[in-house]
Amino acid sequence: MPRVSYTAPTSIDDAVKALAASAGVAKALSGGTDLLVQLKSGRVRPEVIVDTKRIPGLIGIREEGDKFVIGAATPGIMISADERLTRAYPGIVEGVDLIGSTQIQGRCSIAGNLCNASPAADSVPPVIAARATAVVVGPNGRREVPVENIVTGPGQTSLQKGEFVVEFRIPKPLPRQSDAYLRFIPRTEMDIAVVGCAVNVVLDAGGTCTEARVVLGAVAPTQVIVEEAAQALIGHKLDDDTLKRLDSAARAACRPISDKRGTIEYRIKVAGVLARRAAAIAFDRAASRA
Amino acid sequence: MVRAYTSRICGADIASIRAIPAEIGGGFGGKTIIYLEPVAYLLSKKSGRPVKIVMSREEVFRATGPTSGAVIEVKLGAKKDGHITAVEAVLKYQSGAFPGSPVNQGCMCGLAVYDLPNAVVTGYDVLCHRPKVAAYRAPGAPIASFAIESCVDELARELGIDALAMREINGARDGGKAVHGPTWVNIGYQKTIEAANASEHLKTPLGPNQGRGIASGYWHNAGGESSAACHINEDGTVTVTEGHPDIGGSRASMALMVAEVLGVPYEQVRPVVGDTTSIGFSASTGGSRVTFAGGMAVTQAAEKVVGELKKRAAVIWDISAEAVEWRDGRAYPAGANAGSFEPLSLAEIAGKAARTGGPISAEVQINAQGQGPGFTTHICDVEVDRETGAVKILRYTAIQDVGRAIHPSYVEGQMQGGVAQGVGWALNEEYVYDKDGRLENPGFLDYRVPVASDMPMIDTILVEVPNPRHPFGARGCGEVPIVPPMAAVANAIADATGIRLRDLPMSPPKLRAALDAEQPPRLAAE
Repeated sequence: MPRVSYTAPTSIDDAVKALAASAGVAKALSGGTDLLVQLKSGRVRPEVIVDTKRIPGLIGIREEGDKFVIGAATPGIMISADERLTRAYPGIVEGVDLIGSTQIQGRCSIAGNLCNASPAADSVPPVIAARATAVVVGPNGRREVPVENIVTGPGQTSLQKGEFVVEFRIPKPLPRQSDAYLRFIPRTEMDIAVVGCAVNVVLDAGGTCTEARVVLGAVAPTQVIVEEAAQALIGHKLDDDTLKRLDSAARAACRPISDKRGTIEYRIKVAGVLARRAAAIAFDRAASRA
Repeated sequence: MVRAYTSRICGADIASIRAIPAEIGGGFGGKTIIYLEPVAYLLSKKSGRPVKIVMSREEVFRATGPTSGAVIEVKLGAKKDGHITAVEAVLKYQSGAFPGSPVNQGCMCGLAVYDLPNAVVTGYDVLCHRPKVAAYRAPGAPIASFAIESCVDELARELGIDALAMREINGARDGGKAVHGPTWVNIGYQKTIEAANASEHLKTPLGPNQGRGIASGYWHNAGGESSAACHINEDGTVTVTEGHPDIGGSRASMALMVAEVLGVPYEQVRPVVGDTTSIGFSASTGGSRVTFAGGMAVTQAAEKVVGELKKRAAVIWDISAEAVEWRDGRAYPAGANAGSFEPLSLAEIAGKAARTGGPISAEVQINAQGQGPGFTTHICDVEVDRETGAVKILRYTAIQDVGRAIHPSYVEGQMQGGVAQGVGWALNEEYVYDKDGRLENPGFLDYRVPVASDMPMIDTILVEVPNPRHPFGARGCGEVPIVPPMAAVANAIADATGIRLRDLPMSPPKLRAALDAEQPPRLAAE
């Protein structure tokens, strides 16, 4: 059995050094709810595991001006227990809350869910829909990138050698802005999304949509921002015609595969359904935040 | 069985093998065959060391065998008044690479709930390039029942006759003869229909996209060889040893029966599952036979002990054993002529055992006959999400003739477990193979059994028509509850949508595709 070294540095610099110094695969660990399973199954064989949880700021939620800042290793349960986030972005909380089971919630993090780079990750579409950025640190310093730029394909990210995500920065919502995330699974819990959809909207005083983002999960190699779906909403109230165009745009954006969890045909149909349903919830929430 | 098969394969004496049953789990047929036992035996023999082999979950999925896949054709003929006049059924069950699918059980059980004047049933055991099949709770019966109960439902709808009325008209009754041979005596099938008709569930109104399905089921239940021993300890507590692993709460039932015979509190009886060296032979723990056959054995053992206790009281009192009566856990003089003595408790007699003839115990071996058939009727309400094809089980009631329920809440547990397992089979459970025939979902993430939040509280109605051939009236009750759920769910979906699904599982993609074929969705039509 190959040796795996484990380190739990207490500063970002030490973590970067440990990750960069490894000649083989180096893995950043937050909750470990994916990594430990992959280690056990032999899917990954890292040379070094760098636990990020002892780095100050990596766990916790704070406000900085017009932003919420969520530490990369913050466990799901802290996010769903945070009243500010629950009020501001119920859709993000919904997505996070769908990762695993109650036990997993004590450990799983948005960064882990993102960097595991599964197209079906539940917390990722609503975070992208909220126009969040990820702060990435590495041997070449610090960069802030839109969250949608992190995942490049199944199991693949744009993170370079020695880099890891330290926090997410999410703009605080406007007065009539809200979101929703829905996923479809064949049973009620403990499953992987067949399709996921996040909708984030801003309404004007009259209830007309002024800004929108629609993000699909599990229908392509990465999460998909559906620009046409956003355009279908912007300038409209949620009438039948708008819903119809939203449904079509969502379906048109799907590039799914058929696998044991769903067929191409079915995933496309359900993407349209979820887009409509998530939009209805997001519009309702945005209107009631006024 | 484990001992006999291992002995045969390894060429070892039966006496050199000791099978120690594991605690609850892995039942439902999975342990009615051996897997790695001979490998462990031979490795241990070669190495001279203890060998433990544990199958991973993935290995269990890949190597232990599912139940059969099947294709079934059913043709029913009926008069306008609902009387079924003839049935023709062809059942083709996959068996994997070796013969041995439970198609025979399917042929017998599928039609057993009906009294049919004419029937032709043909079964095929079909060899195929799939894993060899294994026993799975009421082997063969649920598969046949799905086809037949779906077809009867279609017929009832066509005739405009209520599903329960259809079963009242055609259902099995005492004196009737089943297609597979037996003449029914003391069966409770019609009582399950009466109870269904009277149930609160049936009176509950349904909303839009909701539907209600009815289906019935039958399982023979089994008897056979069982051994049991009953020991009275020095302080008057009782140890009961049975040869059957406790896979569904049978320990408690054994203790209850013994306590009843001895007239002592349940808490005074300690049931123990013996291994193959501590108790006589007991055949497989399966076929819903344990509380029936094992229960008969422990009852007889306890009765023998009562006979011995009376003898010991007679010795203490110096009267004849016939003059002693046993009631409420005590020995009494049978009447005034027997003499006047203070009653002796079990503990008092046990304490004096050394002076009255030594330890008090009895062991019994039987080949139990007269198992009572199990009949059941299920009511299932569903709500269909027409856009995703998802089916939600809103309400479920299982009504079953359980004979006398020895431990009612364990009986309920068996019924609820059978329903949950059947609902999983109905809605999502399936082996997914890739184009080269490799199993793609060997784990519980993608082999989707229902999770707790998928199920409503499953209501149960226990109909008790005692089995006269069992000392306490027990019938088997553990298998028949998995027989009707697939048809009950399919019939409910048909009621909600008008769409008849004939292919299991009735998963969201299949139902959505069927709904689209029926009526192309407005939004997808552009």
